[in-house]
Amino acid sequence: MIDLAVNLVFQLLQMLLVIGLAPLLTGLVRKAKARLLRRQGPPLIQPYRDLARLARKEAVVAEGASWLFRIVPYLVFASTWVAAALIPTFATGLLFSWSADLIAIIALLGAARFFLALAGLDVGTSFGGLGSSREAMFATLAEPAMIVIVFSLALIAGSTQLSTVAAFMASSAVGLRVTLGMALIALIIVAVAENGRIPVDNPATHLELTMVHEAMILEYSGRHLAVIELASMLKLLLYISLIACVFTPWGLAIADASIRDRLLGAGIYVVKLGVAGLMLAVFETSIAKMRVFRVPDFLGAALMLGFLGALLLFVSRSLK
Amino acid sequence: MSALALLLGCDAALLALGLVAMVVAKRKRGSFFVYAAALALCSALLAGGAYHLLGRQAPVGLMLPLGLPWIGANFRLDALSAFFVTVVNLGAVAASLYGLGYGRHERDPERVLPFFPAFLAGMNLVLLADDAYTFLLSWEFMSLASWALVMAHHREPGNQRAGYVYIVMASFGTMSLLLAFGLLAGASGAYTFQAMREASPTAGVAALALMLALAGAGSKAGLAPLHVWLPLAHPAAPSHVSALMSGVMTKVAVYGFIRIVFDLAGPADWRWSVPVLAVGAATGLIGVLHALMQTDLKRVLAFSTIENIGLVFVALGLALAFKASGMGGAAALAMTAALFHSLNHALFKSLLFLGAGAVLTATGERRMGRLGGLLNRMPVTGFFMLVGCTAISALPPLNGFVSEWLMLQAILLSPQFPQWPLKLLTPAVGAIVALVAALAAACFVRAFGIPFLGRPRSREAEAAREVDRYSLVAMGALAILCLLAGIFPGAIIDTLKPVALAATGANMPMQAKIPWLSIVPIAESRSSYNGLLVFIFIAASATLAASAIHRLASDALRRAPAWDCGFPDPNPATQYTAESFSQPIRRVLGGFVFRARESLDMPAPGEMRPASYHFALRDPIWDAIYLPIVAVVTNLSIRLNRLQFLTIRQYLSVVFGALVALLLILAAWP
Repeated sequence: MIDLAVNLVFQLLQMLLVIGLAPLLTGLVRKAKARLLRRQGPPLIQPYRDLARLARKEAVVAEGASWLFRIVPYLVFASTWVAAALIPTFATGLLFSWSADLIAIIALLGAARFFLALAGLDVGTSFGGLGSSREAMFATLAEPAMIVIVFSLALIAGSTQLSTVAAFMASSAVGLRVTLGMALIALIIVAVAENGRIPVDNPATHLELTMVHEAMILEYSGRHLAVIELASMLKLLLYISLIACVFTPWGLAIADASIRDRLLGAGIYVVKLGVAGLMLAVFETSIAKMRVFRVPDFLGAALMLGFLGALLLFVSRSLK
Repeated sequence: MSALALLLGCDAALLALGLVAMVVAKRKRGSFFVYAAALALCSALLAGGAYHLLGRQAPVGLMLPLGLPWIGANFRLDALSAFFVTVVNLGAVAASLYGLGYGRHERDPERVLPFFPAFLAGMNLVLLADDAYTFLLSWEFMSLASWALVMAHHREPGNQRAGYVYIVMASFGTMSLLLAFGLLAGASGAYTFQAMREASPTAGVAALALMLALAGAGSKAGLAPLHVWLPLAHPAAPSHVSALMSGVMTKVAVYGFIRIVFDLAGPADWRWSVPVLAVGAATGLIGVLHALMQTDLKRVLAFSTIENIGLVFVALGLALAFKASGMGGAAALAMTAALFHSLNHALFKSLLFLGAGAVLTATGERRMGRLGGLLNRMPVTGFFMLVGCTAISALPPLNGFVSEWLMLQAILLSPQFPQWPLKLLTPAVGAIVALVAALAAACFVRAFGIPFLGRPRSREAEAAREVDRYSLVAMGALAILCLLAGIFPGAIIDTLKPVALAATGANMPMQAKIPWLSIVPIAESRSSYNGLLVFIFIAASATLAASAIHRLASDALRRAPAWDCGFPDPNPATQYTAESFSQPIRRVLGGFVFRARESLDMPAPGEMRPASYHFALRDPIWDAIYLPIVAVVTNLSIRLNRLQFLTIRQYLSVVFGALVALLLILAAWP
């Protein structure tokens, strides 16, 4: 019973932690990018202020928008939050981690995207449709790439449960594998595309001809926009946590660890997020955005890498 | 009275109802009477099937002195039949209920009403048949009844061609099944299923029978390359019949395949699974890509049926491979995934076709380019359609996700295959399944977003009104079932247990024993999923976020013109359309799949003529397989045409020559 209570507390803690840290991570990336461009940049806590200001404003909804338009932000946020809550950030063996495995987490993110794409079509403006249509194209390549990456991880760890995969990766049984390298590269490509970062999409601009995510949410304002912004910050944190827990599982508190270990794990997790955020900023400032129709090639490379990695496993397992 | 007798009684009553319908069709309340009676009879059939399945009844057989005078007709109800009877009649109940309202708008009720109960009876009889003769007779009856329904509105453009292609393909399918049964019956000509089960065909004969079953059942189910009739015929019928054909009749075909391959053909060989897997994956991909290119709502749904059937056959191929390799648990998992997906597809595809019918009733339009903004005008239909679209896009917590998740779990077991071809083929199939699922989500963003969201693109869409109550109840029931199957998947997996056991000889773990209603396909450490918790979590966090923001921050709302980055255009033609939505995907994937050609004619500045944009798609399967066949047949018939205009003398000599030739062949036969 005590165990259950402790686990429940840690599950809730993790849910609050991800939501609390997500704007900070975005703030860090923005600040680092600004510094790299020799600008002063907004303070780290600017995203929190933005969200609070947006939430206090009245929401302006376009005439002719349906009821779907008003509930989509909450659906998107809820799906993303549930997915993020299931990723072991600083401790594995979370209370509800068995309720959805890695495939289900991807599908939850797919659900968020599905509804956001519908919202883009709802007002009936050309920009919204443009965003939805391009997002749909990216998703049709990014999602299968993600699934084949999951194939590789699941075959190595013998499980699609993310907790089990992370625990296996943290153990010494893994060894160095070519497949893991391919999966890492593929996963990073997918993460860049899914979060609409440069070179796929530019998160910092409106009114660019190649924008995707920002075009879909163009008609949102006020609290709706705040919720969507928070969801996309959460998504960035989610992908970084996912990469961190699978490929750099050091410091991750394995199930049944002491409370001290878990707190230590939380500290290490924050450091990992910071490092990943800085790396993202460096990556984004060092390359240019690509044309929309180059993105399928970029994502196709991820799909192929993931598939080759999985195929390598199928083949090597049998030779053993 | 056994359940089987009840089911057969209801089928007989449905047939009689078909006859009665001929008389009452023109009466004022005739249509209501026929659909109400069909609803009652299908409810009884549904209850009978569910009773047999849920009650874990032993198989029962029955021989009726019908059919060929000296041998009678055999019927049998076992777990497999009972499951498919349940699936078929779930769809049939919904379609009949829908018909109560929808049937009022029918212009020619006498062309629909007699065939509707006959079609239902035909499908049910196929599932109960226990000998090749009864099976084929019912199968052909089902085909012809549905053909008559496809031709109900034969004067509409395209429907006659649809009916023609359908009847040719249906005949081809029945011929393949006839030959398959002929092979399985062997030299002794034992035509009952019991005798076929006991006979052990040689490997070559069994493999040939499998190929014929794949062609026969596959042509009815819509497997590529035999799918060409389906997107023509399914949309041509009235919408509730489309729902039956797409949601339910394809399941009868799946049943036929399972019955022949897993039950009658004897022990499985792993080589059989290779064509099934390959054809299934190819069908899925071709179906969904075509669905993304269509602009007619019902054709989108018909092509999406092809895609889903492809997925079902992928799972069946896996089950076959696992069974042949002696991996029982995995085979049961793959079979359960196939059956679960069949059930799911019957639910959401019926729902979507009924929704498309509602749109047709409200606006008279199927072309997505003339719709738009319907969610504001038909909120209830729109909501149910949204549930259906979410479910078919395999998104949690609805039912489509569960069956695709089970399928992926089965694919993850494939490195244990001892055979090299399967080791290499299954990961490729897995990647294709993932691609198909992602494309399906894009397809249904489009299929829901263009007609239901945005601004109305025509006056008809602008004036749309919500449809009648019966239709709404039918759609609502299916939508609720989609949700229930998604959040209580364990109950369905347990219900499918005897079916999977009969087909593969193995069991999945008992799901009822797993705490918190999770499902665990193999072992808890490996993978688990809990639809109920995911549903509760999403609902709770969405409510929490909404109420927190409304209470703590702001709940003020103002309506204003759309912003559109400062350039709003009041003309609804500036919205994205079905064509433009899929343009990026067409450019990325359509080039080599459809040989898509785009051409843009942009006048130079100062010229006054309008710009124009054209694109053309070709169906490579039609070009490569069907056009040559059509050419050969046309050529032959032109040559043979000469035989029609001979004199009596010439005819007599032709007859004489043929007779002598046949006798010579007979004499020379070893």
